[in-house]
Amino acid sequence: MNSNLQFDFLVDKEMNTIKVRREFSANQQLVWDCYTKKELLDQWFAPKPLSTKTKSMDFSRGGHWHYAMVEPNGTEYWGWTTFLEIKPIDYYTSTDAFSDADGNINIELPQAVWRVSFVTKDENTVVETIVTYDSLEDLEAVIQMGMKDGLTSTLERLDELLIILK
Amino acid sequence: MRRDIFQAIADPTRRAIITLIALQAMTPNALAEHFDTTRQAVSKHLKILTECELVKQEQQGREIYYSLKIDKMKEIDQWLEQFKKIWETRFNQLDDLLVTIKNTK
Repeated sequence: MNSNLQFDFLVDKEMNTIKVRREFSANQQLVWDCYTKKELLDQWFAPKPLSTKTKSMDFSRGGHWHYAMVEPNGTEYWGWTTFLEIKPIDYYTSTDAFSDADGNINIELPQAVWRVSFVTKDENTVVETIVTYDSLEDLEAVIQMGMKDGLTSTLERLDELLIILK
Repeated sequence: MRRDIFQAIADPTRRAIITLIALQAMTPNALAEHFDTTRQAVSKHLKILTECELVKQEQQGREIYYSLKIDKMKEIDQWLEQFKKIWETRFNQLDDLLVTIKNTK
């Protein structure tokens, strides 16, 4: 992990929000592209060992991103993001829901509202993500959706990979 | 009805009670003095916290003292930590991708 880059993870249990702030060593346009283009999103969004697979994406107001996070054994977790407000390259807001492969939203699982904003800081870009759930129980349910094992060892492997790449 | 720690912390009075008894074991009467509410209301919250297995009771003479089960509170932090790890992993992958893109330009 690059310890020079800012990473804040703040949980407000009373407001049911998670605020994540992270600095990236790239310009604002490039980081924006990584968040808003499917061919780039597919390369980083799902935390390893999961991978990302986009079925369709229309990055516009009212548009959507229909994607799956895929386990190594092939199990797919489908998601449907609806884009609400977009102001390139400063911010966008969206709702994030679970769906099936056909894009039917699962209304029994929690939905979250995302606000993702981008700010230039010297040569770098700071991305702030605010995720708001209806309740803490919703947040708990999301975390229990299978993403739990092996993350620590994955992180260590990634650190090694990053050192090799740089 | 199934109860868990997330119901316990869903109410502001219960969160305040948790904060108070985290410092020292307290009786319902002593707790009630901290709130603009009846002793009955405090007892109701304590009952819910007990059902959530977040507090333990200890009889001392005629009084019942309530204290916090610290291990149970740690459960909340543990799942938040997992969530944080997911974001860390995701962002490290984005770092990786940004490096790759910049190198190919």
